[in-house]
Amino acid sequence: MLHITCPWCGPRDDNEFHYGGEAHILRPATPEKLSDGEWAEYLFLRQNAKGPFLERWSHSAGCRQWFNVVRNTATDEIIEIYPMGALPKSAEGIKAYEGNWRRQSAAEKNAKAGVSGT
Amino acid sequence: MSGQSFRIRDKGRIDRSKPVRFTFDGKSYEGYEGDTLASALIANGVHLIGRSFKYHRPRGILAAGSEEPNALIQLGGGNKSEPNLRATQIEIFDGLEAASQNRWPNLKFDVGAINSVFHRLFPAGFYYKTFMWPASLWLKYEHVIRHAAGLGKAPPDRDPDRYEKVHAHADVLIVGGGPAGLAAALAAGKTGARVILADETADWGGSLLSESDCEIDGKEPARWVEESVAELEAMPEVTLVKRCTITGYYDHNYLTGLERVSDHLGAAPEHTPRQRLWKIRAKRVVLATGALERPLVFTDNDRPGVMLSSAVRTYVNRYGVLPGRKAVIFTNNDDAYRTALALEEAHGRIAAIVDVRTSVTCPLADAVRAKGITVYENHGIVSVQGSQKVSGVEVMQLDADGTGVTGTAKSVNCDLIAMSGGWNPTVHLFSQSKGKLTWEPEMAAFIPGTASQALASAGACNGTMGLADSLKEGLKLGAEAAREAGHKGRAPAAPKATEPAQGSLRPLWIAPGKAKLGRKGKHFVDFQNDVTAADVQLAAREGYRSVEHLKRYTTTGMGTDQGKTSNVNALAILSDVLASDIPAVGTTTFRPPYTPATIGAYTGRNVGKLFEPIRKTRIDEWARANGAKFEHVGQWMRAWYFPKQGETFRQAIDREVKAVRDGCGILDASTLGKIDIQGPDAAEFLNRIYTNAWLKLGVGRCRYGLMLKEDGMVMDDGVTTCIGENHYHMTTTTGGAANVLSWLEEWHQTEWPDLKVFFSSVTEQWSVVAINGPKSRAVMQKLCTDVDFSAEAFPFMAMKDGTVAGIPARLYRISFTGELSFEINVPARYGLALWEALMEAGKEYDITPYGTETMHVLRAEKGFIIVGQETDGTVNPLDLGMDWIVSKKKPDFVGKRSLERESMASPDRKQLVGLLTEDPQTVLPEGGHVVEKLKPQPPMEMLGHVTSSYYSPNCGRSIAMALIKGGHARHGQTLHVPLEDKVVKVTVTEPRFFDLEGERING
Repeated sequence: MLHITCPWCGPRDDNEFHYGGEAHILRPATPEKLSDGEWAEYLFLRQNAKGPFLERWSHSAGCRQWFNVVRNTATDEIIEIYPMGALPKSAEGIKAYEGNWRRQSAAEKNAKAGVSGT
Repeated sequence: MSGQSFRIRDKGRIDRSKPVRFTFDGKSYEGYEGDTLASALIANGVHLIGRSFKYHRPRGILAAGSEEPNALIQLGGGNKSEPNLRATQIEIFDGLEAASQNRWPNLKFDVGAINSVFHRLFPAGFYYKTFMWPASLWLKYEHVIRHAAGLGKAPPDRDPDRYEKVHAHADVLIVGGGPAGLAAALAAGKTGARVILADETADWGGSLLSESDCEIDGKEPARWVEESVAELEAMPEVTLVKRCTITGYYDHNYLTGLERVSDHLGAAPEHTPRQRLWKIRAKRVVLATGALERPLVFTDNDRPGVMLSSAVRTYVNRYGVLPGRKAVIFTNNDDAYRTALALEEAHGRIAAIVDVRTSVTCPLADAVRAKGITVYENHGIVSVQGSQKVSGVEVMQLDADGTGVTGTAKSVNCDLIAMSGGWNPTVHLFSQSKGKLTWEPEMAAFIPGTASQALASAGACNGTMGLADSLKEGLKLGAEAAREAGHKGRAPAAPKATEPAQGSLRPLWIAPGKAKLGRKGKHFVDFQNDVTAADVQLAAREGYRSVEHLKRYTTTGMGTDQGKTSNVNALAILSDVLASDIPAVGTTTFRPPYTPATIGAYTGRNVGKLFEPIRKTRIDEWARANGAKFEHVGQWMRAWYFPKQGETFRQAIDREVKAVRDGCGILDASTLGKIDIQGPDAAEFLNRIYTNAWLKLGVGRCRYGLMLKEDGMVMDDGVTTCIGENHYHMTTTTGGAANVLSWLEEWHQTEWPDLKVFFSSVTEQWSVVAINGPKSRAVMQKLCTDVDFSAEAFPFMAMKDGTVAGIPARLYRISFTGELSFEINVPARYGLALWEALMEAGKEYDITPYGTETMHVLRAEKGFIIVGQETDGTVNPLDLGMDWIVSKKKPDFVGKRSLERESMASPDRKQLVGLLTEDPQTVLPEGGHVVEKLKPQPPMEMLGHVTSSYYSPNCGRSIAMALIKGGHARHGQTLHVPLEDKVVKVTVTEPRFFDLEGERING
């Protein structure tokens, strides 16, 4: 059982938490401008990394807050825990963030264009 | 007393003042407190303990610990009975009842042993080869196989014992209470660290209790153990747990242990569980799990009386019993010579030592030879006499490369064979922790390599075999672990330990017999699953070259012992055939539990009423007193229906359903999920989450909403009301309440944190009573005078505050029945008072309490969906014919883009329709498959399935809803629902059956 440090409540067993899958999947700002295939990049395609992976967790049986985790999926080592909306600071986390194919995806570009436009 | 004739007068740690009587296969025996079942049986000269799994060969006791593959026991009777326990671990108590397993009619004469004669029919993979075809017969085969290939029997009914769990946190968890583990605990404990030391046996000391030829600080090892344990017990932060097998090593240093709290007492004393599951989170772990001796693989090495050499020493020194009066020792290393000396000291005789090594010179061998014992160098055992107990062996010289024998056979009489094939460090937990193993050629064994968790291995489990080195390593690693857990301290000086020096071994993985392997006699590798060396070779020749494949094909290592004594031997034999290095062949994965664990311990107290919390409404008590039948809805108990004296289910439902349409019905709707939503951006948030428009909902108005997942499929529905400026009250399905709240939180926190809105679950804060039917307004007017109930002032989908029977209330004019209806929300504690007041006021209108079944019939008459019944996560609003609730104008909402995919509107998707049976009295079963082209028997092409089906007294016939491929275009078609005993003809209709104009709701 993983031991996860909730940023608000401290270290707890993983059965208090709920897994939220890959982190940093920005929701497209103008989904109607995306083709079905590009929308699927946002909706269905996931990284499935072996090694450091950026993922979301929520302390569902505690404070109910969501946060981000850099976890090595091969060893289950938790490398970094950081708040929603922030980017990872650890070298492994930065590498995993930048190396993710999603950074170049049409869905993410659409999302970012929307953010800068408002 | 005639028994215990194999008891040694002056040895053993048993309590001779406390005799214990027990039975084995119905016969009564005597042992002493401190005996295991195995040692007590040996004391009585009993060596035939069970029959083997496949060939039903007679089997005895191989080992003295938890690795025992043969001596499996069914313990106790009735529902307390437990199968497959190892006789070597069972501590005896007065009245213990043990039985052998896998034999019929009895142990000495077993019909199944015929399998042994026909062993050619049972080669490796015999299940796959024999029972592969035809597939339809597999069920029959399986029945016979299950009966024949038995281990023990499961108890007939539920387990009457009590189990508990403990959650523990440790700076340092030490697994194993032998020399290395005790040393580690002493070193870590002295730093003040919080230490847990666990051992699977009843006594501290591990291997030290089995030896009579070593000293620690000039003392008997048992004395050192006593002093060390006393020292540890005096340390307040140290917890010592005996009879606790650490069974699993999981992520982030999370380990589980199974403590057998009172198994050794027979019955659990009051307030004491039978077993306790330890869940331990440790900052550091020190594994000191020791090593397991390997059997030698020789002809008929499974006969009762063939024992591991170290086990013989344990029986002699620890339990004071003689496993045989005249022993042959068969070995490839020096350690077995200690056994010869221990037996000698206990007045046993050594017929010969058979050593596969070409020349043996070591102090131990010198000591043995000095006693006049014959040592056959470069020899092997080629045959074993005696089937139910060893009576002698034949010994021959090995040829140059050890693959055959030469010369003439020498016969040696004996009643015990003590064998030693070297040692396997017990790396199971290390491997479970995802550590990588490395091959140690000197020992010819796997030892821990790179660790992947915060752990260290000390002593024999690390390949450190000498006593002095083990103690030193334990102290060092114990202190280190404490330091890494944040405690200061240095390792104490290591005690001086002496023991006989030992040299190297000769790995000889198969001791050749007189005939070709597999021709005469059997070389067993895995005793529990009856896998022989010939099976392993055959599997390799047939192409099972991966060790994982070999394991599954031959079933090596797949018994309840997980191959503790067999894995490395099997691996080595495989690598011989493949002409490959052992480390290149690899090992299979060790998995928890280390030894079989009682499922009851994992369940703990969470059984029966304590399995899951039960949620009750404030009106539950009234419903119970008034004869309601209940059903579970999630964790809630909901009134299902209220039968009157003598009524059947159908009669009660028909009466309730009619009452609502004709007069007035009353429902406890408190379980409905309720979420309070507040904040300046609440409307904007709802607008993004629901499919319809929410920005212009006025204060005091309600709106039905549908929520989709981002993939466009229906997730939940409910009515949300604008309570005041920036304040909304959302209702969800009873079962979906928690999910919907999580869903809202997820979107808010992770996607739209800029929106100023927050959510609170208020399900428990409100009691909700719904009154439905044409007379409901009249009832309301009697109890609530501060609200204008006229249709103009209080229209459908409006909310008002009021006072009902003196209770402050929120009144919602919403309806799940299609009738004039009010849902009255009051602070939860007033629920029962409100209900009783309504019942009293409604008396003159024959107000009728109803439950969930009637609620379902009423909503189905109107074609209202239930999420989770009409939907299953693959159904979109268009499929339900609910396009009317999907906004075309909103630029975006969750699920919108997915819903716009062309295929989501495809006309051949499964769509919601109504079904009317040809015979109006036939009620279709929910889940029934709907087909167009009827065939005499399945398979038939299935168009969809029935989602809801009831008898509707208001329609005077049965009604059903179904999801049918292309259903919207099929209205008027005749289809079929084939059932087990008949076929029901149905006509497809709109999914609405009553009050098609929808006027009653405005009443």
